[in-house]
Amino acid sequence: MTRPGADRGGPRLHIDWTRCEGRGLCVELLPEVLDSDPWGYPIARPEPGRAPGDPSVPAALSEYLDAAIEACPRVALSRRHGG
Amino acid sequence: MTTTAPLPRSTARPRPNPGRPFTPVSPSGRLLAAAAPGLAEHLRRNGPPPSPSADLPDLVEAAGLTGRGGAAFPTWRKLASVGARPIVIANGAEGEPASGKDAWLLRSAPHLVLDGLGLVAGSVGASRAYAYAPPGPGAARLRAALAERGREPVPVEVVEAVDGFLAGEASAVAARVAGLPARPRDKAVRLSEAGVRGRPTLVHNVETLAHVAQIARYGPGWFRRVGTPDEPGTFLATLSGAVARPGVREAAFGTTLAGLAAMAGGLTGPVAAFLVGGYHGRWVPADAGAGLGLTPGPRPSGLAVGAGVVIALPASSCGLGASAAILRYLAEQSAGACGPCRLGLPALADAFAELAGRGNPRAAVSAARLAGLVAGRGACHNPDGAARLARSALEVFADDVALHQTGRCQARSGRPASRGSAQR
Amino acid sequence: MIAAQYAAAVWAAARGFGVMALVLLSATVALGLVARSGRSLPGLPRFALARVHGSAALVAAGLVAVHVLTILIDPYAQVRLVDAVVPFAAGYRPFWVGLGTLAFDLVGLIVLTSLARRRIGPRGWRAAHLTAYALWPLALAHGVCSGSDAGAHWMWFVDAASALMVAAGGAVLLGARRPPSPPRPGRSPSRPLSTHAPTTARTEAVR
Repeated sequence: MTRPGADRGGPRLHIDWTRCEGRGLCVELLPEVLDSDPWGYPIARPEPGRAPGDPSVPAALSEYLDAAIEACPRVALSRRHGG
Repeated sequence: MTTTAPLPRSTARPRPNPGRPFTPVSPSGRLLAAAAPGLAEHLRRNGPPPSPSADLPDLVEAAGLTGRGGAAFPTWRKLASVGARPIVIANGAEGEPASGKDAWLLRSAPHLVLDGLGLVAGSVGASRAYAYAPPGPGAARLRAALAERGREPVPVEVVEAVDGFLAGEASAVAARVAGLPARPRDKAVRLSEAGVRGRPTLVHNVETLAHVAQIARYGPGWFRRVGTPDEPGTFLATLSGAVARPGVREAAFGTTLAGLAAMAGGLTGPVAAFLVGGYHGRWVPADAGAGLGLTPGPRPSGLAVGAGVVIALPASSCGLGASAAILRYLAEQSAGACGPCRLGLPALADAFAELAGRGNPRAAVSAARLAGLVAGRGACHNPDGAARLARSALEVFADDVALHQTGRCQARSGRPASRGSAQR
Repeated sequence: MIAAQYAAAVWAAARGFGVMALVLLSATVALGLVARSGRSLPGLPRFALARVHGSAALVAAGLVAVHVLTILIDPYAQVRLVDAVVPFAAGYRPFWVGLGTLAFDLVGLIVLTSLARRRIGPRGWRAAHLTAYALWPLALAHGVCSGSDAGAHWMWFVDAASALMVAAGGAVLLGARRPPSPPRPGRSPSRPLSTHAPTTARTEAVR
């Protein structure tokens, strides 16, 4: 379930939980970063040494991050910076 | 007794060795001793309200004040980072049922709060200020106090808070003040940038504002004279449960749970554990926790007291049962805005209901898993708080998890509570 | 002669593009219903389904636009430019053509709001998108009743196939089992621990 730590200071995926309805398009596009919880909502795969929060996205997956942000039918995703 | 002109502001700078107009009975009884419901008595005890100044953040930083609403965020950082022409809100909603300090402040020391609100509002260049208080006595007292003070430099409007555990959540407060439903908002846009109607918004707990007023009156050095070097000052605590005289007390940081209990008249009997930090806090075993110093936020060698709620669970009560009831309440109080909270918390409460009953080996695993699932996934901290409570219950009452499966419980056996695994 | 042939060609093109637009629109709506159901299709994960739906919508919108354009340049149809956006004002079969105009307006609304979805936000976008439930019946009725091929067998086949596609999509949406959300209890603040705190303070001293 865990994955190797991604780039520090790289982009992060922010989920607006008040909008998310667990439609799951983001999980399909970023399976390395997200999994589905028992109710269909996206859950970040644990990052070693980090508390749960906005998951970091490896630079290599940046275009998939953009695709997920665009695909979300609830406009619940955005890109954040910071480590 | 009403004044028609605005209160004269004190132009004196805080003095390093203030000749205080009163001497508190105890070094840590500062808010308690400064409290006065009426304006005349308040002015006699404290003098005029301090003047706003642009270096208020520096003053507050030097004092080391942290927020008293539960998150213990450094107050000066909020003051320094808010945008231009902000709105300031004094948050007295106090949704936590076991907390009474804000209600006490609004009833017994509204002018301290209003001094702090006016001071902060003036210092950050606010155009408007709001006082968010529960309907009934709290809001009524504030309105009466405002009428006594006459025209405030920054106009203050009293807004009645909604009911419920999450009433005091900052973004919900800002939404309510803006006339919208009191629903927590996504934190991607910070309140300090855009809150009420898109304006930069500062939300401060009413106790924090009271401390700010006194820091401006007497100086950071005075504030630091009690407490510890790392955690200076005093805080208001609400004690309940197995204590002789439950209620609101004021204590210095560094005070131990045992010391706090003594202030409440001592324990009424053997205690299994303390719930420190309210329903979003942690269980602490009675013997292990008694000697730890209380701190505002999490520290390696201290006990985070959050908004000061301490409940002493008598040894005759089952910790798992109490935790199950709390988790059920937290699930019911969910705003329903976010899936993981709306769906995960009831499941967590169900798992704990099983543990509080007969229990089974899977229920504890399921509860731990659910706590991990909900933590950090929501617009507000309800799921985080519930996860924290659940995890600490699984740790501190681990023996009960096993005992229940054989139909026994530490509470009924009458044995003093074991330490659980908290010593690790 | 040539003018008549030109007119006939334009008229044929208008009808042809109209038929194609109806078919693509029906496919778009069917895909949209499946997307709303939260399901994926074999070989098409949800994000891909959403993209195909969006692409089909744009193609359909393009076909509709060409259909409207050819109608406008048709010398015999007597449909003015204003009738392309203002419904029920045309000279020829004003009611049925008006349905088409209304549908065309909604196509514009849905396409533009979808392209600006991030700016508008989910609630505004959803409100505009829900008009698709009106758009498709309007387009179908317009096609069935105002087109001059209305009686031809092949047109009935096209109409039936279009309706079938949408019905299939609707069946998927209605049949999809969504995880049921637990009923939300009332919001009265119950007090779980009987040891709740009284709110009177004691100002006694600490020795």
